[in-house]
Amino acid sequence: MLKIGSQEFQSRLLLGTGKYPDFDIQKKAVEVSGTDILTFTVRRMNIFEPSQPNFLEQLDVDKYTLLPNTAGAKNAEEAVRHAKLAKASGLCDMIKVEVIGCDKTLLPDPVETLKATEELIKEGFTVLPYTSDDVVLARRLEELGAHAIMPGASPIGSGQGIINRENLRFIIEQSRVPVIVDAGIGSPSDAAQAMELGADGVLLNTAVSAAEDPVKMAEAMKLAIEAGRLGYEAGRIPKKRYATASSPMEGMSRT
Amino acid sequence: MKLRINGEWLTVPETIHTVGDLLSHFQLDQRVVIVEQNETILEKESRSEIKVQDGDIIEIVQFVGGG
Repeated sequence: MLKIGSQEFQSRLLLGTGKYPDFDIQKKAVEVSGTDILTFTVRRMNIFEPSQPNFLEQLDVDKYTLLPNTAGAKNAEEAVRHAKLAKASGLCDMIKVEVIGCDKTLLPDPVETLKATEELIKEGFTVLPYTSDDVVLARRLEELGAHAIMPGASPIGSGQGIINRENLRFIIEQSRVPVIVDAGIGSPSDAAQAMELGADGVLLNTAVSAAEDPVKMAEAMKLAIEAGRLGYEAGRIPKKRYATASSPMEGMSRT
Repeated sequence: MKLRINGEWLTVPETIHTVGDLLSHFQLDQRVVIVEQNETILEKESRSEIKVQDGDIIEIVQFVGGG
């Protein structure tokens, strides 16, 4: 069970809702992923096209917890404004703080992320900051009262998987709030690896939405995250340099 | 009446008195939208009472797909 703030979730997969080929595929992918938490973002409505379809409005919103992000915000002030706009929908009180500090790498701005997190916690939000894999920054965010820490595995949408396993491991070891590996996951094995390291969850989007078959990939990610978690709980064997036989060495029948 | 809606100055009919009227005018009253008026975010319940005035800066936003 994944517990964030006061809420509990069965699934450890948090799914993004951007860039799917169409709503039908997206609906199926969301369904088979088994996710409980869907991310969204806030953008201007095209007021001259009121009939344009909207994915959120096609969902049974009672079945999912909405996790809006502050993507697009360049500083803490913009992130706080976006969070307040999202909350005013009356549909959610969780917020993924995302303040990008570099357009090329889409890596988060640590100073503004910290500021936004502090402000939103004061405002009573359940705050999940997207951060780099910096160990000290993760600790500082937790000290501010962040409800979960969301370190990136690698740059957003890059599909490079986990670049710095050791940092992630340090973050997981030190954190008393859930650690959700967010961004950069490319394949099911990346997601499983994050879970085997002891992450409490994985947030991904492009790995599913831009896969050749998003629905199949959604299922693969669900299974990988479950397998990774089970493996973590089961406790893997230590690595050794030399072989250890699985079959008994004694009692071999010879002529 | 001239309003700046989502960054664009628009002339809307004088029959529009409230934020609720404005949303109906653009056929957005049944949609999941969030409205900000002159940098104040409005509660959904108050839209039918809050007046719009010439020169108001209105933002109408919605949830879209994102990660």
